[in-house]
Amino acid sequence: MSERRRLVAGVLAAGLGLAGLPLLGLPAFYESFLYLVFHWIALATSWSLLSGYAGYFSFGHGAFFGAGVYTTTTLAAAYGVPFLATLPVAAAVAALLSAGIGVVVFRVKRLRGELFGLLTLAITFVLATIVLNTRLDGGPGVFLSNVPMPRLVASPTGTFYLLALGLATVTVAGACLVTRARLGLGLFAIHDDEDVAEVEGVPTLAYKLVAFALSAAVAGVAGGIHAMYVSYVTVGDTFSITVPLYVVLMSVLGGARHWLGPAVGATLITASLYAFTGGEQALLGRALVALILVAVILVLPQGVVPTVLERVRRARPRPLEAGATPAPALPRVEGAALECHDVWKAFGGIEALRGVSLTVGRGEIVGLVGPNGSGKTTLINVISGHYAIDRGRVTLGATVLSKRPAHRIASLGVSRTYQIPRPFAHFSALDNVALAATFGAARSTPREARDDARGWLEFTGLARRAAALPHELNLHERKFLELARALAGRPRVILLDEVLSGLNPGEIASAISLLHEIRARGVAILFVEHVMRAVLELSDRVVVLNEGEVIATGTPHEAMRAPRVVEVYLGKAHVVA
Amino acid sequence: MPSATLLGQALVSGLLAGGLYGLLALGLSLSWGLLRLVNLAHFALALLGAYLTYQLGHALHWPPWLAAAAIVPAFFALGIALHMVFARFRVTEFTSLLVTFGLAVILESVIQWFWTADYRRYETPYASASLRIGPLFVPVLELLACLTAAALACATWAWLRFTYVGKALRAAAEDPAIAGAFGVNHRRHAFVLSGVSAAYAGVAGVFIALISTLAPAQIWAWLGVVFAVVIIGGLGNPVGALLAGFLIGVSESVTMAVAAPAWAPLVSFSILIGILVLRPERV
Repeated sequence: MSERRRLVAGVLAAGLGLAGLPLLGLPAFYESFLYLVFHWIALATSWSLLSGYAGYFSFGHGAFFGAGVYTTTTLAAAYGVPFLATLPVAAAVAALLSAGIGVVVFRVKRLRGELFGLLTLAITFVLATIVLNTRLDGGPGVFLSNVPMPRLVASPTGTFYLLALGLATVTVAGACLVTRARLGLGLFAIHDDEDVAEVEGVPTLAYKLVAFALSAAVAGVAGGIHAMYVSYVTVGDTFSITVPLYVVLMSVLGGARHWLGPAVGATLITASLYAFTGGEQALLGRALVALILVAVILVLPQGVVPTVLERVRRARPRPLEAGATPAPALPRVEGAALECHDVWKAFGGIEALRGVSLTVGRGEIVGLVGPNGSGKTTLINVISGHYAIDRGRVTLGATVLSKRPAHRIASLGVSRTYQIPRPFAHFSALDNVALAATFGAARSTPREARDDARGWLEFTGLARRAAALPHELNLHERKFLELARALAGRPRVILLDEVLSGLNPGEIASAISLLHEIRARGVAILFVEHVMRAVLELSDRVVVLNEGEVIATGTPHEAMRAPRVVEVYLGKAHVVA
Repeated sequence: MPSATLLGQALVSGLLAGGLYGLLALGLSLSWGLLRLVNLAHFALALLGAYLTYQLGHALHWPPWLAAAAIVPAFFALGIALHMVFARFRVTEFTSLLVTFGLAVILESVIQWFWTADYRRYETPYASASLRIGPLFVPVLELLACLTAAALACATWAWLRFTYVGKALRAAAEDPAIAGAFGVNHRRHAFVLSGVSAAYAGVAGVFIALISTLAPAQIWAWLGVVFAVVIIGGLGNPVGALLAGFLIGVSESVTMAVAAPAWAPLVSFSILIGILVLRPERV
């Protein structure tokens, strides 16, 4: 059984086991307490789907919770819909609301981190104002005491307990599945570097929307159940700061990037709040929880679960896995010709590319050279879809690339490297490469991708460093990691942005032999480079750019001797002399 | 449609309320814009300042100006102490949000412990004094708060614009490493700024005690509006914060006059959402 199946089965078994609890005839007090624990587990875990995994910290979970509360309240109290039937509607309303917000907000690049958080908080206040001033509430609050309560077990508290337990179990199992599936990988990559994730083939917008909608749907159901549990809902309580802040605290305390973290955090905080109930003790309890929060964030910024796991891992020596398994045979890649036709790109008034046309044939290596600011990197950014093209066309074989989103271009077989390596900071070297293999041109399951990734690490000589985190690698290793990652997408064309700069002569020699091997597989290579020795040694053809225009093409020696090129590089006097 | 007098009065009270928003936003905007620390505890500090003013006036019969003279330097020191903790644990922009939330809750609990959750009202002889300009009433204390906010905003602007410390702070906010390479001692300046920011919370607190009724939960009542003001005004921009305060204050009070009071939050938060979505590069 795979690790993933074992974990999910474990969560479901635990849920099933806990479902037997009401049969023991516990006092209602315990059932209420446990209801709250599972209520918060479901809310905190659902929050971490987008905010923990993808790093889009939302302070708007209260909006989706509130949408659920008032959907159930309105349907059940005003229209007589049976309580349980309102819950799927609550989920749908919350999910639609989040998707609507996401479609607008996720397109704005700068709205990350604390700005996204404040935006979602503002949305909560707007929603609260609307509910307060319309017939949904109208001000005085709504009673649900007349709504018939279905009975799953004898006691009503037992029924609430079972509902919350069911929701929490499904949510935690779902979170576990997500972290081990493409969606989770993609979200973690978005957390580390969203632009690179998109270029590696992660459909970032779709993934963020799915994660946001799933997260909101769970909050909506939790809200629906809670409306019935409190049986009297008011705008003030529903949309208060409590829900958005508690889910953040619980997740951060437990570890927002781990599927089990929020559940642990929720249990710890709910239990410690419950330990201090009534009068001045409640005050003390709240202050204590806040104090714990401050201490934990200062001392364990990763959260409890990842910290504990890390300790356990360090205590137990790990079996050597990288050297033990032989690297699989490298997969075959099918190259294709890349063609840029009259490509234009301007930033404000600055025209970075002015009608650039070039082709890179199958299995051809084309060097792209030119002085600083001539538009080389801009061209790579336009081909890979990082910048939208203004005018012109880019094609790969028979397929038009221009105007497609970057992740589609990646999955059609275009890979790139960055001049300054941009690995995903929280991914090991192996996982960095495996991500590209998962989302690149040859879409594969995360498991196959890891096997492939080992092969590419072997190919680039990084096999020994498979488990290292990017910050533990030196520049040379990071450059090769960048290359391994570009290869793992099984590209038909590779765009290399100064992979050699900063390497010493020995490293350059090994990089050059690597590139020859890649070309032998039929991949078309377009590379930007300042190291002239490499340009002359590697290129079949050279294209020289200056001020956004192609000023020469030809074999390396022809192109570099063209009068315009000499003039651009060395100034006019030398031509005359 | 409400009468011209009603609208005029709404405009006046909006401007005055906006001055207080601006005063609260000032310190927050400075620490967020120039230190990259989002200080939720700022509101708690302001309220603590208000309760201290109340206590000094009520129990010891100190006049508000004397209370202010004691509170403002004390808060300056408190701000420096707070920043020592932040610097010691290398608090980042995001963790600062969580840590200061925790601090705010602790301060709220402390306030509730000493002064209970009951409403407190600081009665002063001049609480209800107001000027009369034509048909419009201008409450004196609120006008004073508004003028103080304007004076502090302009002084802070000049400080950042013309003094060495101000320029160094702005340079370090752009790029701490480069500023450091040019000899800017960001750590030391950060302590000063943190102190100034907390001192402004103290000033705001004194006026809050004089103007409004106190309750511990008020910490959270300002949160949304003042954050809207800070963002609309531009981070680290004192005059922007003041003007944004006026904008939000006026739009709220006009909404109250034209529609119903309960609709007021919709306006400020819609402005905030609009700015965030349409002009995020401003922030």
